[in-house]
Amino acid sequence: MSDVMTKPRPVTNGGHPVSLKHARLPRWTPPVLALAAAAAGSGIGIVGGLDSKIQWGLIAALVFILGTFALAAAVEGSRQAKDRMATTLVWIAFLLAVIPLASLLWETIARGIKVLDGYFLSHSMGTLPDAMPGGGIYHAIIGTLEQVGLATLIAAPIGLLTAIYLVEYGRGRLAKAVTFFVDVMTGIPSIVAGLFILSVWILILGFGPSGFAGSMALAILMMPVVVRSTEEMLKLVPNELREASLALGVPKWRTILKVVLPTSIGGITTGVMLAIARIAGETAPVLLLVWGAKTINNNPFEGAQQSLPLYVFQQWQIGTDAAYDRAWAAALVLIAFVMILNLVARGIARWKAPRTGR
Amino acid sequence: MAKRIDVSGLSAYYGNHKAIDDISMTVEPRSVTAFIGPSGCGKSTFLRTLNRMHEVTPGGHVEGKVMLDDENLYGSGVDPVAVRRTVGMVFQRPNPFPTMSIFDNVAAGLRLNGSYKKSELKDIVEKSLKGANLWNEVKDRLNKPGSGLSGGQQQRLCIARAIAVEPQVLLMDEPCSALDPISTLAIEDLIGELKERFTIVIVTHNMQQAARVSDRTAFFNLAAVGQPGKLIEIDETERIFSNPSVQATEDYISGRFG
Repeated sequence: MSDVMTKPRPVTNGGHPVSLKHARLPRWTPPVLALAAAAAGSGIGIVGGLDSKIQWGLIAALVFILGTFALAAAVEGSRQAKDRMATTLVWIAFLLAVIPLASLLWETIARGIKVLDGYFLSHSMGTLPDAMPGGGIYHAIIGTLEQVGLATLIAAPIGLLTAIYLVEYGRGRLAKAVTFFVDVMTGIPSIVAGLFILSVWILILGFGPSGFAGSMALAILMMPVVVRSTEEMLKLVPNELREASLALGVPKWRTILKVVLPTSIGGITTGVMLAIARIAGETAPVLLLVWGAKTINNNPFEGAQQSLPLYVFQQWQIGTDAAYDRAWAAALVLIAFVMILNLVARGIARWKAPRTGR
Repeated sequence: MAKRIDVSGLSAYYGNHKAIDDISMTVEPRSVTAFIGPSGCGKSTFLRTLNRMHEVTPGGHVEGKVMLDDENLYGSGVDPVAVRRTVGMVFQRPNPFPTMSIFDNVAAGLRLNGSYKKSELKDIVEKSLKGANLWNEVKDRLNKPGSGLSGGQQQRLCIARAIAVEPQVLLMDEPCSALDPISTLAIEDLIGELKERFTIVIVTHNMQQAARVSDRTAFFNLAAVGQPGKLIEIDETERIFSNPSVQATEDYISGRFG
């Protein structure tokens, strides 16, 4: 503030700039500066004998920020310099966020692609000794699809109806209590959900391990996510549409069914898909309740099953090279499954979004 | 077809707050009655009590009687859904259903209330769109979304939707406030035609509009902010605008308000 006051700009005339133009750095400045900063970072790193590449990166980033600020301050003025520094910081934050994601993807693809083929996808481990190469994840894919499917069948309707109650009908204490418990449920660790079903279903009621037991624990984890996202989507439906429908003499339940839900169905589907993606990667409840298996079990209601995250975990524990390869390939399949779900969700959201018709 | 509305001693509340106080008036069948008055004086609230939309707002409740011919809308055992089928409503902002086509929007009230044959629906939709002076503009694109129309067309679509269920009374809550003068003119012409068949009540902030379209005008006012709104007087529109019997009405109409 003070330097603006003490350095009156020669270009001003009664407080107004004479010209609207001012000196600008050329468009190629940021990339060139970035290259120079990278070079400076590596140079200082080599000369200073720094081992860590992270230190090199930090030095380069610091040089880039300070260089941009100094250059912009000299050529363009202090406001533009601040603007450029903010832009730089935003970009660095973005890169920091993207680097783990990109490196995770890269690592999984590079290591997982080795044993991933038709045979791997269509065969189970069977009687193959753990240390031997070969085997596959068919039994784990079947298990994951069945467990996640059952969990969705349980959690989606309950979650949807709860959200409709909260938004359309819920008044007073009951609604507040439901909201509170949904919030609490959102924070339940997956292992606790697993232990709860373990104690009720297996220890008290005496059932054995099964895919369905796992589904129940997954449903507990999924329900609050569905409630929350559906609630937000229903709240986005303008009240005017509800009133328009009510004023036509349409009963409230039909208004919800025919006007409110169709208007928000895209967002609701996206929310359910994201909830599915969240539970598809859960290991702990599956470990406790489904136990894992090496052979194909198509019946989710009877006997131990396998699932993709649990398969990854178990192969990793075996610890041989062949098992590591299988673990990475299974992880790649799991990531692909979640990504496809996300893409499908986006597709549905776009397809079902209310059209403007212009 | 059209019915007379007889209101006596009607007060409406939002929770504990009294929004309108002790209103009594008669709305003649096959006529246009306009409600004018400053913002917050309860015109819209009163309008919404006439088809039991007021109680849709959380905390909204009503005391008093609204007789539709010889039936009390607030009598025990009266189904608000049935009331709303008899007394239709058009809102301030055009609100076509965004997921539905133009055809489906007009057919919505019928389709959501029961099953109709496709040919039957077609006839009713055409008749309603013609009744709303929109048929010629949209007859070639009935399957396009209703939200693609211009604001004025959307509002006429909402009017078509409201008259498709053949109500006895049509309530309009500032139907032209979001529209340009040409669309406003189209809707005012339409109101003139619709009053042959329906009892129409219109809330408006536009005094010229009230003078142009209505047969009778009611002036609402409130003593102070936070006080309930009251009906000051209701009379022939010509009398209200030339020689009202209450000084406050004259002040409001001539702009010497407050």
